[in-house]
Amino acid sequence: MKVAEKNIQGAAVCDAPNSQENIEKGLALVKYMIVGILFGIVFVKAEIISWFRIQEMFRLQSFHMYGVIGSAIITGIISIQIIKRFNIKTIKGETVNIPKKEFRKGQIIGGFIFGLGWAITGACPGPLFAQIGSGFTIVFVTLISAIVGTWVYGKFANKLPN
Amino acid sequence: MNQFIDWITQPWPWYVAGPMIGLTVPTLLLIGNKTFGISSSLRHVCAICVPAGIPFFTYNWKKEMWNMLFVVGVLIGGFIATNYLANPNDFILADQTKADLTALGITDFSGLMPSDIFDWSVLFTAKGLLFFVVGGFLVGFGTRYAGGCTSGHAIMGISSLQWPSLVATIFFMLGGFVMTHLLLGPLMSLVGF
Repeated sequence: MKVAEKNIQGAAVCDAPNSQENIEKGLALVKYMIVGILFGIVFVKAEIISWFRIQEMFRLQSFHMYGVIGSAIITGIISIQIIKRFNIKTIKGETVNIPKKEFRKGQIIGGFIFGLGWAITGACPGPLFAQIGSGFTIVFVTLISAIVGTWVYGKFANKLPN
Repeated sequence: MNQFIDWITQPWPWYVAGPMIGLTVPTLLLIGNKTFGISSSLRHVCAICVPAGIPFFTYNWKKEMWNMLFVVGVLIGGFIATNYLANPNDFILADQTKADLTALGITDFSGLMPSDIFDWSVLFTAKGLLFFVVGGFLVGFGTRYAGGCTSGHAIMGISSLQWPSLVATIFFMLGGFVMTHLLLGPLMSLVGF
C-alpha cells in the first residue's frame, strides 16, 4: 500500500514538474508564456489543432501528423543527448534534471482512455487551449469537462488499478 | 516583407512544425529546468480551485505556475495565428478522409473544425454531450491516469528515452484507432448524425 501510494504520487508530479531550485515569480514567469505563444502559433499554422487532421491520422490517410510527432521526437532526442553529452547547464547554472517516469498500469488503461477521447474531441490538452484561442470558443466546454475528468481521477486515484 | 508574410501564412509543413515543437523540450529545460507537459495544467486548475482535501490535489501548485502561464501562452498563440497569420487559401483535407466523414454525416469542410460539431448551437444536444462532455472527460481522466498526454509522454518522455512513455503513446494511438474505426460511426449515428 505504501509503495502504491508512493507510485501514484510520484507519477502525479512526473508529467511536467519544475526542477528549478531558484524560485521564480512574476515577470520571470513571462518567458514561459512567450514559449507557449510560439508553441500555440505552430499548433495552428501546422493545423495540428484541426479535428480533421486527427481523423486523417487515425484513418492513416495522411502522413502529416506522423511527420509532426515523429520529427518532434527526433529533435527532442537529439537535443537532450546534446545537453547530456556536453553537460549544458540552465541559464541559472543548474544541472538539467529530467525526472524518471515509473511504469504503471495507468499508462496502459489511462492511455487507452485518453486515446478514445482524443479521437472524439480531435484534441489532446495542448490543442484544446489553441482551439479556444483560435475562436472555437465552444471548446471551452470540452476544457471544463477535461478538468472535471482530471478531478474525478484525482478523487478515485487510490481505488483504481495502478 | 510581403513575401515573408505570404510564406508564413501558408500551412506549415510537418518538417518545419515538428522540429519547432521538439525544440520546446530543450528550451524549457534550459530556461528554467522545466519538463515539458501540458495536461498537468488541468491538474493545477483542480489544485487551485477545488482541491477538496484530496491528496492528489494537495501540493505546492504555486511552484508550478509556470505551466499555467505556458498554456495561457498557447491560447494567445492560437489567437495570434488565427487572426494575424491566417491561411488565405482553402483548407485541404485528404479525399478519402473527406469521403469517410461525409458518410458519417459531416457536411462542413471549409475550415479547421467542422461547424456541424464545433458550434454553440450543438451544446445542449446529444451531439454536444458526446463531443464536448464525454470527449473532454475522457481526455482529462485518461491523461491524468496515464500521467501525461501527447506532450508529456509522446514528446518529452520518448525524447528522454523513457520506455513507460512509449507504452503510454502506443495505448494513446490504440485508443484513437479503436474509437475512430469501431466506435465513432455508431456513436455519431446514435447522437443524430
